[in-house]
Amino acid sequence: MMGSENQAFEHGAHTSEEMSYLLVDDPLTSKSYASYRSAMSTLSESCHHPLSRSIATTEDRDPLLSPPQDSNQVSPSSPDNHDSHYGNSDYYSDLIISPLEESNYATANGMDTPKLKWQNSSSLSRLESSNSSILEYLKITVSNPQKEHESSNSIVPGSNTYVTYLISTKTNMWGFGGSEFSVRRRFKDVVTLADRLAESYRGFFIPPRPDKSVVESQVMHKQEFVEHRRVALEKYLRRLAAHPVIKKSNELRVFLQVPGKLPLSPSADVASRVLDGAVKLPKQLLGDSRSVLAPHEVVQPAKEGRDLLRLFKELKQSVTNDWGSSRPPLVEEDKEFLDKKEMLHDFEQHLSHASKQAEVLVKEQQDIGNTMGELGLAFIKLTKFENENAVSGTHSVRAADMKNVATAAIKASRIYRELNAKSVKTLDTLHDHLGSMLAVHNAFSDRSGALLTVQTLLSEISSLQSKIGKLETASSNVFGGDKSRSHKLKELKEIVRVTEDAKNVAIREYEQIKDNNRSELDRLERQKRTDLLNMLKGFVNAQVSCAEKLGCLWVKLAEDTGRYATKSS
Amino acid sequence: MQQNQQSLSGLSQSPRSPQSEPFLSVSVIDPVKLGNGVQAYISYRVITKTNLPDYQGPEKIVIRRYSDFVWLRDRLFEMYKGIFIPPLPEKSAVEKFRFSAEFIEMRRQALDIFVNRVASHHELRQSDDLRLFLQADEETMERARAQEMVIFKKKPADLMQIFKDMQAKVSDVVLGKEKPVEESTPEYEKMKHYIFELEDHLSEAQKHAFRLVKRHRELGQSLSDFGKAVKLLGACEEDALGKAFSELGGRSEALSTKLQIEAHHLLMNFEEPLKDYVRAVQSIKATIAERANAFRQHCELAETVKLKEINLDKLMLTRSERVGEAEIEYRELKAESEEATKRFETITRLMNDEMARFQEQKTLDMGLAFHEFAKGQAHLANDIADAWRSLIPKLEACSSS
Repeated sequence: MMGSENQAFEHGAHTSEEMSYLLVDDPLTSKSYASYRSAMSTLSESCHHPLSRSIATTEDRDPLLSPPQDSNQVSPSSPDNHDSHYGNSDYYSDLIISPLEESNYATANGMDTPKLKWQNSSSLSRLESSNSSILEYLKITVSNPQKEHESSNSIVPGSNTYVTYLISTKTNMWGFGGSEFSVRRRFKDVVTLADRLAESYRGFFIPPRPDKSVVESQVMHKQEFVEHRRVALEKYLRRLAAHPVIKKSNELRVFLQVPGKLPLSPSADVASRVLDGAVKLPKQLLGDSRSVLAPHEVVQPAKEGRDLLRLFKELKQSVTNDWGSSRPPLVEEDKEFLDKKEMLHDFEQHLSHASKQAEVLVKEQQDIGNTMGELGLAFIKLTKFENENAVSGTHSVRAADMKNVATAAIKASRIYRELNAKSVKTLDTLHDHLGSMLAVHNAFSDRSGALLTVQTLLSEISSLQSKIGKLETASSNVFGGDKSRSHKLKELKEIVRVTEDAKNVAIREYEQIKDNNRSELDRLERQKRTDLLNMLKGFVNAQVSCAEKLGCLWVKLAEDTGRYATKSS
Repeated sequence: MQQNQQSLSGLSQSPRSPQSEPFLSVSVIDPVKLGNGVQAYISYRVITKTNLPDYQGPEKIVIRRYSDFVWLRDRLFEMYKGIFIPPLPEKSAVEKFRFSAEFIEMRRQALDIFVNRVASHHELRQSDDLRLFLQADEETMERARAQEMVIFKKKPADLMQIFKDMQAKVSDVVLGKEKPVEESTPEYEKMKHYIFELEDHLSEAQKHAFRLVKRHRELGQSLSDFGKAVKLLGACEEDALGKAFSELGGRSEALSTKLQIEAHHLLMNFEEPLKDYVRAVQSIKATIAERANAFRQHCELAETVKLKEINLDKLMLTRSERVGEAEIEYRELKAESEEATKRFETITRLMNDEMARFQEQKTLDMGLAFHEFAKGQAHLANDIADAWRSLIPKLEACSSS
């Protein structure tokens, strides 16, 4: 299984290689075989049942799937006798849902094994296009939430408890010295990771991290919330691991591998940053310390920087730009970029709309399945009742007819449920892409932030130079030189030189970000295409499979009741 | 009744026409909205085709409204105690004002079924009221209907009966016999219990069937909306992918129409028959009430007769002058009692026959409804499968490009 199957299955043989991982790693999967009958429960319960069914059918279907790990856990034949005769229609069908994710809109997008080029779930193909090396994989699992206590430097003892999660990684990438390791992390560490990545990878489309959601943690039942968060964390980390650049980042590696408190980067803590900035400000205003930007600081966005003065300057610059009184020294000229930006904006609108409609569709499918089920149950009761009170042959005939209807209706409701599980999964691509849009926005604001920095520096240089010019004219009028003025001139020229350096760094940074944007846009474009195409395929295949099964079901009932048909019908 | 039977048999003997079989077929068609505002109502054309001698001509058309049907049903209920009178669609005061096309069609269908059931019932078809209903002109019909609209639609005789019933109840209470007299044979109990519970179960099934219709409509709507949204999304994309999106959107919208069609089919051919079944059971409940009435009268009269007999004997022993009077009273009462007993027995007998026929008929009706249900769903499923399946090659083409 590992790496040998590189072919893309073009049809809808939607199976997931994840199956084997999940079977091996995940203690939950054993449950999924426990009872197939219990699998016919509501969608809101765990997704075990589609997994068990799908596994069974794919076992029938796919010879390339190596059985060894799975065989002792997979039931030899399709658990549902009635489906055996739908046989080939299943070929198009079963997508797997990871049993780790249970909410309706969770997906198995975290599957990040690029080495298996199965054309199935959207994320896989996403990886496939983004990973050149098929041998690199990085699989992350989040599990085992535990409460821990803050070692107390707090006055009130025991007040600070938090939850840590076990982050387990399996990889064969070099750079990690080791192939399996795990570490405990709390949510705050994840926030730190996200912040550090945002600083280091400006211009990249970095997957957005899960929300802090303070309110939710109060509202939700504690356990529910923790589980919700665990799922979200796993999804996030897997997305990071799927990003071709970020997966190789130092920040991620440290997060995954190095236990203990994450070292804060110099600009990590917003509060301390602002504080430092406040301390620096008076000095800067008085002209004491160098009120210049050290080149290295230029690389950081002003907003997150500690430099309040810089913040003010850039704000002033942006206001000047907006008023349009003078043309800013450097503008966003890349028309191609602007066009793409607009297109993405449109795309996002439509995506959001489609995503909402998809939600409604899924709900309706669920409702119709439920009502079918209820109808079936009502007829079961009727059947039982008629049988109990049968006084003549006709009663039993009618009872038998009702039983057929009831059975058909109940089977139909199961099929709808199955369809729904699949639909949720495929249509989730839409939701995921909305998340990506957020990353795109961030990357674009990185770009405009960097541009603003450059503009600010340029106008500062020009104002400094005009000051120099004035001083020079003034001092040239004084015969014999002006000691104070020439001293001042020397200072100013020095400042200009440093600022020029900073400007060059800023420009380089800006160009880099532009490049990052460009390459990311390409990557996104390809990925989006593949993802959306797979989504459509998945959706359509699921619909076809379900409709075919329903068709068989109803045709049989129609045959069973054929003798009642009037000549006109 | 005797006369009719004679004429019917007479018909079958004389080979006047190839269609010597007596037939009576009715259709209710062409609903038309008349009047306006609060007074608006729907009128229907009732066409009768028959060769029965008492009826006018081979074909007769009259105009009737819902209240006329109600009149007919009430008359039949009065005159043919013990027979399960076919049910009418509900009065539905609210929907009447909305008069949706669907409501009108459903009502028309139900009225048509009603009249035909009456016309094909071997006893009911002989009713004079039926003939009036099918043949009389509108004024006569209106007059007949107005007569019925007396206090609580009860005739004076019935009022007297009500009064007597109350008297009986009071005396029962006074005498300590608080329980109303009721049949207690196991067959009766079983039948009564069966009917009452059947109504509950059927109502539940019908409720879910109705919901299912609604679900189809809702799913159809959401498919339409989804299709539109997907089309818009596809417009953002170029080339094959964009096309695939818009085709998917188009299919989705097309399927929405099919779902609406199936929803209607489901309503008329599955939910309505179930509803009809429920109504029929409710009608049977009314007949059971009549039977209980008849039983009570029979019991009470029997009691009274017994008392009178004892009294009479006493009087005869004492050679009182009132013997003659008492004897007359006794004989009258005895005749009444025997009548009541006969009425009750007729009802019981009729009901047994009716029940057997009802069961048979319902098996057929339900069987057909189930068949239609299955057929409709099968067609829908196949249409859906076909529509989506046609997209697969196009999607495959996209991925290879």
